[in-house]
Amino acid sequence: MPSLEEFSRLLVWTAIAIYALAFIAYTFDLARRSAQALDAKDAAAVRERELVSAGGGRVESIREAQDRAAAPLGAAPAARERPVFARIGTSLVWLGFLFHLGGDVTRGISAGRVPWSNMYEFALTGTLLIVAVYLAVLFRYDLRFLGALVTGLVTLLLGGAMLAFYVSVVPLSDPLKSPWLVIHVFVASLGTAFFALAFGLSVMQLMQTRREHRIAAAAASGDADAKTGWGFLRTLPSSETLESLSYRFAIVGFIFWTFTLIAGSIWANDAWGRYWGFDTKEVWTFVIWVLYAGYIHARATRGWRGTRSAWLSIIGFAAVLFNFTIVNVFFKGLHAYSGLTSGS
Amino acid sequence: MSRRPSDDASADASGADPLRPSDHVDGRVAVDDRPDIEGIVSPKLGFFGWMRWGWRQLTSMRTALVLLLLLAIAAVPGSIVPQRGADPNGVSQYFSDNPTLAPVLDHLQLFDVYSSAWFSAIYILLFISLIGCVIPRTKHHWAALRAQPPRTPARLSRLDDHRESLVELAPGTDAAAAAERAIVLAEQQLRKGGYRVARYDARGAFSVSAERGYLRETGNLVFHVALVGVLLAVGIGGGFTYTGQRVIVQGTTFVNSVGTDYSSFNPGRFVDPDSLTPYTLRLDKFDVTYQPIGSSAPGQAGDFVAHMTTRMPGEKAQSGEIRVNHPLEIGGDKVYLLGNGYAPTVTVRDAKGTIVFHDTIPFLPQDNNLTSLGVIKVADGLPEQLGLVGFFYPTQVTLGNGAFSSAYPDLLNPVLTLNVYGGDLGINDGIPKSVYALDPSGMTQLTGGKTGVKSLELQPGQTAELPKGYGTITFDDESPFGATDSSKSVERFVSLSIHRDIAAPWVLAFAALAVAGLLLALFVPRRRMWVKATADGATLRLEYAGLARGEDPTLRDAVNALAQRHGDAFEADSRGSSATASTPESRA
Ligand code: HEM
Repeated sequence: MPSLEEFSRLLVWTAIAIYALAFIAYTFDLARRSAQALDAKDAAAVRERELVSAGGGRVESIREAQDRAAAPLGAAPAARERPVFARIGTSLVWLGFLFHLGGDVTRGISAGRVPWSNMYEFALTGTLLIVAVYLAVLFRYDLRFLGALVTGLVTLLLGGAMLAFYVSVVPLSDPLKSPWLVIHVFVASLGTAFFALAFGLSVMQLMQTRREHRIAAAAASGDADAKTGWGFLRTLPSSETLESLSYRFAIVGFIFWTFTLIAGSIWANDAWGRYWGFDTKEVWTFVIWVLYAGYIHARATRGWRGTRSAWLSIIGFAAVLFNFTIVNVFFKGLHAYSGLTSGS
Repeated sequence: MSRRPSDDASADASGADPLRPSDHVDGRVAVDDRPDIEGIVSPKLGFFGWMRWGWRQLTSMRTALVLLLLLAIAAVPGSIVPQRGADPNGVSQYFSDNPTLAPVLDHLQLFDVYSSAWFSAIYILLFISLIGCVIPRTKHHWAALRAQPPRTPARLSRLDDHRESLVELAPGTDAAAAAERAIVLAEQQLRKGGYRVARYDARGAFSVSAERGYLRETGNLVFHVALVGVLLAVGIGGGFTYTGQRVIVQGTTFVNSVGTDYSSFNPGRFVDPDSLTPYTLRLDKFDVTYQPIGSSAPGQAGDFVAHMTTRMPGEKAQSGEIRVNHPLEIGGDKVYLLGNGYAPTVTVRDAKGTIVFHDTIPFLPQDNNLTSLGVIKVADGLPEQLGLVGFFYPTQVTLGNGAFSSAYPDLLNPVLTLNVYGGDLGINDGIPKSVYALDPSGMTQLTGGKTGVKSLELQPGQTAELPKGYGTITFDDESPFGATDSSKSVERFVSLSIHRDIAAPWVLAFAALAVAGLLLALFVPRRRMWVKATADGATLRLEYAGLARGEDPTLRDAVNALAQRHGDAFEADSRGSSATASTPESRA
């Protein structure tokens, strides 16, 4: 009979395996979308040739196709298309999520406290929240095209955390015995989850933009068979729609991050006698906050909307990951909670 | 989905927005950010022209964005290079590790990034830009709050979100009257929906123009102003802040006064160090628990509590506690527990047995098992001054190479080892010397090292001979009477950090205000809506259109909902008042 702690590990490894399967299913789904898009292209080719000769018709019809792709984005779950691999992927994510949740809860029970008190636990709960937000959002938007990215990211992060950050349960050190641990760290993970989805959408947006440019260029040169990038993008919403969706996730993340910053300061004031001291971790939380403030501004600045602001969203999320991994492990500071060294 | 204002929509409806900097995406396209071409060709722009141009640059969205990104980049080095503010020891270490590089970095103010000229320049420019941007917007917003919604655009169909329906009127109905009725109805509905409305009627065409979501702009302004508030509170409040450190041993008392009792004290610019409230703090007892050997984290310390007796001047003594995360509040100050350790008590007697030194000396912890380093200075009463440098091991073990170490932080096998130096302690020339360091330059080593004389090694209660027959030294056992083990044989000390920061509540209040503003600014949709009814013979054309100002993903739904609701209500209304046959036909 394994201890609860070992049982939790077992559940998490199972979840990782299931997420990996979900990743494969979602990848098949994207491939299938490519194939489907090619078929549609062939079917449309005849009609299109006539349109092209009428002048400029091609871009119009692309736009139309994308608007058609955007419509199901907001369709109710029951009214959506039911591609088999995407459905398998989502079912697997649900299954993996249940194991993941079980692993997280049993970890918390065996430790007798919230399961986000060291790096391993933070990764465990953080990735759980990424999946939870993804699944919750699926009720509202059909974001299954992000499934491969989300499950890939979660598999890597969680697997990496298992291998590199795992520590067994030890009692909390004194500074961590605070209700602010519960609030500050949890909200930070929630913010991270929203940033992760915004990141995924920004990546898709950049790919889609590139494709749209190529189509426009091809239309201009009259080359109907020019390569325009990955086929699955054809079934995705326009870059503009992706951008606006990404922005919506980013601002929710930003609100949570702002709250993280404030809650952290209150805690720091209790624990260390100052609310702000430019400790390394504080610096990075601040840098991330400013980067996303920059992103929000970029969205409202002429010449920055679109590709440039998407890069800011990507850089912002890269900073989040950097803050969580490199800064925690290698940078010296007061936030010595990784649990990786036997620090006090 | 959010819609960009289409360039071909009529100007007054297109969101050309005087509230925003000219390079805002909703701004007027025509405004050029560069000085007029003419201005370059013939320098007619003049001084004020250039000033205006510069100011417009500084308060543009692009500048704000660039400064924000610069701020993010500029903050990074401070997390890589140790900072004097957060980690002074790290800085000294850096200097000794990198003797050539460190002065260069220091010259670039890289050890004081957050007070450096370049970091300050960025955030000061950012805040000037912020203020320059917020003031005109506040003025405009103030005006907008009292203004009527704008005139209905001539061609609503050009807006992105537009719906239209045709209603066939019953024969004999007065089409103009029906149109007006429809608009009155729409006006009521919109007003109920929180819109401010205005009627713009022309012959045969009635319309209502509505706007809502002014709180979005209010929230945005509140957010930006609150940021200024945070900065001011931090900046001004810092001047009234002081922090001081002090070590106290169990059973001793500390008076809050700079002259004598602080070991370090950092006052803000406006603090008068001579006017501190002279309250007293006494450390009665310090408790800590250690995870037992054999547990998952042996020796991990926790549940620190310093039991204190406090007394405000002229008041009765009170007892209080300091824990991690729970500072003690007294006289407007907060007292934090920074660290703790052991303070061995030592008695030195001269050759005749007279006590020449008796003190409890804090030894500074060097590792998690509390191997501690300390210095004992015996200045008087012996043939020469003695300095004793040594280690205290709460649970002494001998490593393979013969060196001592501590294996556990509690007092299981306490041992004190000391090396003796004789000569001049250098404390008589008036230069303050750290109590934790010995300057051996004027002294000769008498035990340990190459002297051939064994270092002193004592357990609580033991006494040893000093070298050269100077006398004896005793490591006093402080255990209470009747103790059966060594667990209380050595005193504890705590280091306290005492802070006054009157600005913190203000910073928090402004930060909370910023969050409130942010929520409004990001989630209140601001939009304009128009309903227009045009009589056309026996049919009535009803048009509904919306325009987002800022991000508004729900605009299309809102227009549809309005069209639906209004269409239904109008139909019901018409049925009631007369027999109109209506066949609404929608074209989204
Ligand atoms: C300390 C520096 C600044 C920070 C942290 C900051 C942050 C933000 C944030 C988080 C938002 C989004 C929330 C909202 O829409 O209200 C925002 C919006 C905005 N900020 Fe700033 N800002 C700063 C400086 C500035 C400056 C200097 C300007 C003027 C050029 C400016 C102009 C704007 C405008 C016009 C918006 C509305 C954007 C929109 O229409 O979506 N901000 N800012």
